[in-house]
Amino acid sequence: MTAPMTEPMIARAADKRVLPTPFHARASALCQTNCWSSWNAYTVVDLYSTLEDEYFAIRNATAAFDLTPMAKYRISGKDGLAYLDKLMTRKMGKLTPGRVMYAAWCNDRGHVLDDGTVFHLDKNHWRLCSQERHLDWLLATAMGFDVEIHDESAEVAGLAVQGPTSCRTLKAMNLEGIENLKPFQLRYFPFDDTELLVSRTGFTGDLGYELWIEPAHAEKLWDALFIAGKPHGILPNGGQALDMARIEAGFIQAGVEFVPAAELVRPDRGRSPFELGLGWLVHFDKPIFNGRRALLEEREKGSRYRFVRLDIDGNKPGNEAFIYNGKKEIVGHITSATWSPSAKMNIALASLKMPWGRPGDELYAEIYYNRELQWNRLMARCKVVNDAFFAPPRRRETPPRDY
Amino acid sequence: MSKRYDVIIVGAGHNGLVCATYLALAGYSVLVVEANERVGGAAITREFAPGYSVSACAHLLFLLHPKIVADLSLERHGLKPAATDLHTVALAADGAHLTLTADAIDGNGVSTGDRAAYPLFLNKLRRFAGVLQKTFMTRPPRLAHKSMADLTALAKLGLSLRLLGRDDMRELLRIGAINIHDVLQETFENDLLKGAMGFDAVSGGNLGPRSPNTVLTCLYRLTGQLNSKGSGISIPAGGMGAVTGSLRAGAEAAGVEIVTGTPVKRILLDRDRATGVETSDGERISGAIVVSNADPKTTFMKLVGARNIETGFARRIDNIRMQGKAAKLHLALDGPPTFRGLEQTQLGQRLVIAPSLNYVERAFDCSKYGEYSNQPTMEINIPSVHDDSLAPKGKHVLSAIIQYAPYNLRAGWDAERAAFKQLIIDKLAEYAPGIEERIIASELLTPPDIEKEFNIHGGHWHHGECSPDQFMMLRPTPGAAQYATPVAGLYLCGAGSHPGGGVLGLAGRNASTEILKREKTP
Repeated sequence: MTAPMTEPMIARAADKRVLPTPFHARASALCQTNCWSSWNAYTVVDLYSTLEDEYFAIRNATAAFDLTPMAKYRISGKDGLAYLDKLMTRKMGKLTPGRVMYAAWCNDRGHVLDDGTVFHLDKNHWRLCSQERHLDWLLATAMGFDVEIHDESAEVAGLAVQGPTSCRTLKAMNLEGIENLKPFQLRYFPFDDTELLVSRTGFTGDLGYELWIEPAHAEKLWDALFIAGKPHGILPNGGQALDMARIEAGFIQAGVEFVPAAELVRPDRGRSPFELGLGWLVHFDKPIFNGRRALLEEREKGSRYRFVRLDIDGNKPGNEAFIYNGKKEIVGHITSATWSPSAKMNIALASLKMPWGRPGDELYAEIYYNRELQWNRLMARCKVVNDAFFAPPRRRETPPRDY
Repeated sequence: MSKRYDVIIVGAGHNGLVCATYLALAGYSVLVVEANERVGGAAITREFAPGYSVSACAHLLFLLHPKIVADLSLERHGLKPAATDLHTVALAADGAHLTLTADAIDGNGVSTGDRAAYPLFLNKLRRFAGVLQKTFMTRPPRLAHKSMADLTALAKLGLSLRLLGRDDMRELLRIGAINIHDVLQETFENDLLKGAMGFDAVSGGNLGPRSPNTVLTCLYRLTGQLNSKGSGISIPAGGMGAVTGSLRAGAEAAGVEIVTGTPVKRILLDRDRATGVETSDGERISGAIVVSNADPKTTFMKLVGARNIETGFARRIDNIRMQGKAAKLHLALDGPPTFRGLEQTQLGQRLVIAPSLNYVERAFDCSKYGEYSNQPTMEINIPSVHDDSLAPKGKHVLSAIIQYAPYNLRAGWDAERAAFKQLIIDKLAEYAPGIEERIIASELLTPPDIEKEFNIHGGHWHHGECSPDQFMMLRPTPGAAQYATPVAGLYLCGAGSHPGGGVLGLAGRNASTEILKREKTP
């Protein structure tokens, strides 16, 4: 008769493939569905309760999402800003201490390796936070710069706290002055004898924050947050609800809207920033950045693809559908799709071959759906939408109202 | 020098001077900026002891292309040989040497089979080398590129392979990517013969006879014979400095300006375009085109700066394999040395200590682990036999390439230089008893010394291994293999570019051709 396995024993057993995050004990206690996913070698909850509950917590209350598996790199040294300027397609000069910037980075071919956020933590200290792992590329880019690159992915636990009551929740946690934190700002707060880093960032397009702390304090942070958030409707949310929210916000995701260039087997399958709707992140007035030559050439010769946000007729989600033009030629495909409860639209993100997706182009999504073993096919008319499907003004309000 | 030039060439090595002259002849204003006090790069003659001069790096002329000699009228500018078509003497410690010429072996103890196989084997390799050589005069084609010139060049390469005929093509495919040890082993019996032939394939490289790709390096070396009736190995009168001296005279006659003793600190950039150079004393000279005769690592990591090139390219440059493994020994002798069993008339030939393939392989083994060879292999040459300008009357200079001497010696060269030099001299004395008593002065250049004196990263005098991963369209690396680089207006013209190392001059010539094609005429 063997003793039951303790939590650390389970973790060690799981160590072969997936790690528990520092929030694992709390998350597993709340997970009613046992739906887990592997994300960057961590096990994370896909769905805690129901998709509806979690989604509406994001949009109508507060939802907490464990984003510890994100890759986090510390960039330190006096050349840090110059380094970031070479790494990123965007001019990073405005990234002063206490600010966060969204940026994308490319290989020499001008294909996107990833997008992510850069936190200017302190003088000569930055943190790059991304979906994919990039240590090799970050180190190679450091040649010639006085910078140190350190992978701190496992040293920082992260919780996204998103939704209209998120600010009230954090105020209730005694984070003094949190209401004055503007979008893309960060601030340190004392917490449990350590420092809690809070940034007003997120992946939902809503009012929201991301909380970063040493793993040893993670559970205490979770507990404090859920106690403070209880009156404000806090729920944990898993990956499924987050995906709905980010599609509504019109955000692209690595591995979904584009294959990270470092993972490509067929090098021409990559996407440039222009082909992902990220042209606004490309600043040619910098003397050098990775991909500059290729992107200059693309600007001259034209892109191969266009990233579009689509409003599709009907209510059948168009996941992975081909997009046709008026002549019934395939001109692209959908990369992400969902029914948007907030926008009340059948929405999708798609990659179209140039020149399709111009104003006035007729586009149809070929959607297959199954009703009790009967497959149906429909050609649903699509309309290109210029902005996010759902972008509530509260996402930028400072201070936010007490929802 | 506040003047603006059409072209600034960084480095007055033979390729830099060749490139400069072709461009000046085409009407460009050209300035060559050289760090050292004399031009020539690794092809110089310099004094190493009062009254004794030697070719300080490269010491034999294998490959200098006749077209360059003719185009640049080098003979009119003073180039003349002191000796041509040198034989190779495979030295034996007991004095039973073999003399190897382009088509025969002279000496005792060689079987009839070996004698018969020798010319057949070399003829075969020369046919293969001929395919290689056809690519030497043009820029290497890019792969998977739609440019017509690239497709044509690839088609020509394919055609010249096809024209070898079925049997030769099969044979080239069979041996092309294996090692010289196995090929020699299946062809010959005599160890001394195989040792000397194997040495040729590994000279100057980070390779032993059993290393892959040594058939390629052997073919590369043999291309030099294709322009000659004999071995193609010669010694210029006045040493290798005379080659670059004639290039300098030719360059200046064509209107090239040359400044020496002026190290370039960096290549100036305006965004991603080269606009000139800054010298170590802070002077800025502007040029519409900058051509670097420096090796690719020095050019990009030091002169342009890793931060000014894109990461993928920087990583490829950083990964270029170029750690020198050859040292250079110079001896001043108070009389001609006597090699056991070698007639004095043979003293001026190319003498090789490589008694067997295993001997060379064991010498290489040491270097793999950061040690110098305890039984080094070497190529010896006593140019003063042919040229009395190098030493006082009756005295001699000996120049030897010694392998292997790893750039990153584990114990450090400062601690080991003297011991290694003594070891080499002892090894020489096994073949030339009494030579140590004749030494008036001596000098050993290790790869770090070569790096410092000749400004070659890693002290690798081919500016990078000549192996398939760094050959043709991969030399030095894709994106810079057609002499143009990712930095607009910056070109490479040194041995780090196609076709590669050796005092050949074709990289400089091909670079000039490419510049004339790509840039607007002056």
